[in-house]
Amino acid sequence: MYWPLLERRLLPLPAVRLKVNGTEYGVAAEPRRTLLDTLRNELHLTGTKKVCDVGDCGACTVLADGMAIYSCLTLAIECEGRDVTTIEGLDDGTGRLDPVQRAFVECDAFQCGFCTPGQIMSLRALLNQTASPSEEEITRAVTGNLCRCGAYLNIVKAGKRASELLREETQTAGAAR
Amino acid sequence: MTSLHIDVLRSGEGKEGEYKVAEEDPLPNWTADTKLTVVGTPLPRVEGPEKVTGRAKFAYDVHLPAMLFSRVLRSPHPHARITRIDSSKAEALFGVRGVLHSGNAPEIEWYKDSALFDTTLRFVGEEVAAVAADSEEIAEDALRLIDVEYDVLPFIADFTKALDPDAPALHEKGNVATEDGEPKVYERGDVEAGFGQADVVVEEEFVTPAALHNCMETHGCVAQWEGDRLTLWDSTQSIFDVREEVAKKLKLPEHKVRVIKQYMGGGFGSKQIAWKHTVIAALLSKRTGRPVQLMLDREAENLAVGNRNPTRQRLRIGARKDGTLTAISVKIEQSVGAHMVGGEGSNTPGLYQRLYRCPNLRTEQWPLYANTGPAVAFRAPGYVEAAWALEQAMDMLARELDMDSLDLRLKNYAVTDQKRDKPFTEPESLRRCYAAATEAFGWRAYRKPDSHGPRRRGIGIAAHEWGGSGYPPGYAWVKLNADGTADVVTGTQDIGTGTRTSLTQIAAEELGLPVAQVAVHLGDTAQGPYAPVSSGSATQPTIGPAVRAAAADARRQLLRAAGTYLEVDPLSLRVQDGKIFVEGESGHATTVEEVTQRIAPHMIQGHGARGANPEDKSIRTFGVQCAEVEVDVETGEVRVLRIVASHDCGRIVNPTLVESQVVGGVTQGIGFALSEERVVDMARGVVMNANLEEYKVPVVVDVPPIEHARVDLADPAANHTGSKGIGEPPTVPTAPAIANAVFDAVGVRITEAPITRARLLAALAAKESAR
Repeated sequence: MYWPLLERRLLPLPAVRLKVNGTEYGVAAEPRRTLLDTLRNELHLTGTKKVCDVGDCGACTVLADGMAIYSCLTLAIECEGRDVTTIEGLDDGTGRLDPVQRAFVECDAFQCGFCTPGQIMSLRALLNQTASPSEEEITRAVTGNLCRCGAYLNIVKAGKRASELLREETQTAGAAR
Repeated sequence: MTSLHIDVLRSGEGKEGEYKVAEEDPLPNWTADTKLTVVGTPLPRVEGPEKVTGRAKFAYDVHLPAMLFSRVLRSPHPHARITRIDSSKAEALFGVRGVLHSGNAPEIEWYKDSALFDTTLRFVGEEVAAVAADSEEIAEDALRLIDVEYDVLPFIADFTKALDPDAPALHEKGNVATEDGEPKVYERGDVEAGFGQADVVVEEEFVTPAALHNCMETHGCVAQWEGDRLTLWDSTQSIFDVREEVAKKLKLPEHKVRVIKQYMGGGFGSKQIAWKHTVIAALLSKRTGRPVQLMLDREAENLAVGNRNPTRQRLRIGARKDGTLTAISVKIEQSVGAHMVGGEGSNTPGLYQRLYRCPNLRTEQWPLYANTGPAVAFRAPGYVEAAWALEQAMDMLARELDMDSLDLRLKNYAVTDQKRDKPFTEPESLRRCYAAATEAFGWRAYRKPDSHGPRRRGIGIAAHEWGGSGYPPGYAWVKLNADGTADVVTGTQDIGTGTRTSLTQIAAEELGLPVAQVAVHLGDTAQGPYAPVSSGSATQPTIGPAVRAAAADARRQLLRAAGTYLEVDPLSLRVQDGKIFVEGESGHATTVEEVTQRIAPHMIQGHGARGANPEDKSIRTFGVQCAEVEVDVETGEVRVLRIVASHDCGRIVNPTLVESQVVGGVTQGIGFALSEERVVDMARGVVMNANLEEYKVPVVVDVPPIEHARVDLADPAANHTGSKGIGEPPTVPTAPAIANAVFDAVGVRITEAPITRARLLAALAAKESAR
């Protein structure tokens, strides 16, 4: 049984400056508030999912400076000065889906869809590093992402397809230039 | 004028005569020869873009202005009585807006002899109190400030000890969870005489664990009151059951309760009933005057809202030298956990009663209480457990008889449903699955590779049957808009299986519209007509025909109107791809949109109902799986190398969706076979692995290539779309196929699931020392 929180709550909460999907936010949050809860409950970016809340499942995966992280194991205050990208941040305003997202629809790489944003962000991080990953690299990128519906085989397929789509796009862009 | 009307018909005699409701719109069957252009195509999931962008709003994602967050305090003891509860410190905590517990909540009956907040607690994780607060963290802090004193009682952690003389009685009528306290017995023929005729008898005890559903989205809801109207965004497989149950518990009229479920992060059976948290959220919301979110955390998910009932099955099976079964006898003990919650439905004896032709059979089922979380249906409840035992016993029998396991199964092939004494609608269905699976697998031609080092290979086969017929009632409406698009409205749910997509295809086919012009709306009790719970692999065969009937009703009205405008007989018209053609004329005469525009703002509305199932036949689904494994005799590791699965679900409406169901079901089956097991500390009654770290669900590297050997055989006797369910079947035969392959590889029989390294190494050591 412990009491000190009662008094502490009455103190002003620290302000945290966050940059999420290119937008700056100021959030008043308890130091213990996770990035995940901040994204979902404060910024209403609910595409990032809460499943285990202790780093076992990968559903909360987001990018911090391009690298995949578990947002449930990251405090909001740790993210000051870092560039956070969530699944909503893959929307570039053109109305066209990101290659990873397109590949997921094409390959039926989900059923219920709850783990999907996390899977996509894990693969997005991989493709940020390597445009043409091997199957092993794709598999490794999503080993930390659970899918209870069992869409794994199609998730790996979608990873490969995404890398193809990305290459096609790069070539098209190169040719246009 | 619509074709849907309800007639109540008297089918029995006298005052007590039975009544039945007739409302079917008889439609010509889509037979195997019917040319369909949309049904049968691999349309990508219509909600795909919503799911891959994170825009799909699950119950967990509903955020309302001023919404509070809640947490539930749960029993730390497997069996205890609350002697004192004091929440004053919690209530005083800054940011806490409401606390509920047995001392201050309305008395609401729950389960058979319990309450919403009972003072007797029967499992670790049972609800003690609930807090609503400004944030999740504050709600968690508040739980720690609730003082509870418990009188700790003796408990039953191991359900197989529930009938021991010194076991405490968990409920008034004792620990057998049936109405009369007696086991459920089914018998046909003369079992002892049957064993007398047997040349070979196999006798074995099999054990299956409590598997945990672990839906990615935990159970939970958001509750909001507007005056006396309650809206619930609930992560449920059955919006109408939740509405009925919540209305009953809160003494509200049903039309004051609205339940919405647009997307759900997995259910697998565990979300097919109304659980306590929904009513708790509604009460907290009422008390605080604010919307309340109550989503369970992962631990609570694994403790309090369902599991696959653990079983112990003692099985005897006898056959003549030629393989003909003479008798099967099984005693099944299964734990329902601490409460009968409804919807357990674990028909473990079912598989024994139907899968093989056997004139002499006895099944004895003992549902038992224990001080563990309540069991609830989990993808093919009972059948996964029964298949683990029966399909291994068949393998053992085949080896005793020196027969191929496949031949023994074919030798005892059943063409009738022996439980109901009716022929199957597709008596050759299972035979086709055997053929498709074994051919794609190369069963007959398989030769074991020479083993090098510690690794041994082997193959195994298992079969199953299951329901998945669909049933009445279930309704759908179709509205044709002025621009020629169609809204399909039904009160069913898409639980992740792809119901939105397959219903879109059925409606588009019958309406003659491109799929892009059809939108399916579901998951809202205030907007759609009744549809039953999405369980039992029944959604497609229940609502598919209702949607088709509604679309046919709308199409007939559309073509009547077109006939009038075109001055031709409507019966000479047909509609395809949005265009209306006159028989014998080339080119189209008009379009759907031209007709709907001329009618507008009048609106064509179609109504459809699911008709009755045939009375003289039994509709079942069947499947066969073959597995190849590699066992490392030094480490005990089992690697599944490949699985071929053949499952007959009648007509395949969308091959992509069916493939995903098959692959997903097999994947869960691999987990059941090799890694999934709730571990209870028997000394304390505490679950040791109520999390996703130590409860091992399969990850991407655990899944081998899985091939779906399609059957795709329309079953027109089942319903007029010819489709049956596919949700549950693929998970039934996987584990025994793997266990049989393990035996084939290393010659040890693992009777207790899952096949962990420890169990396998112990069995190998025992075999070695017996030599």
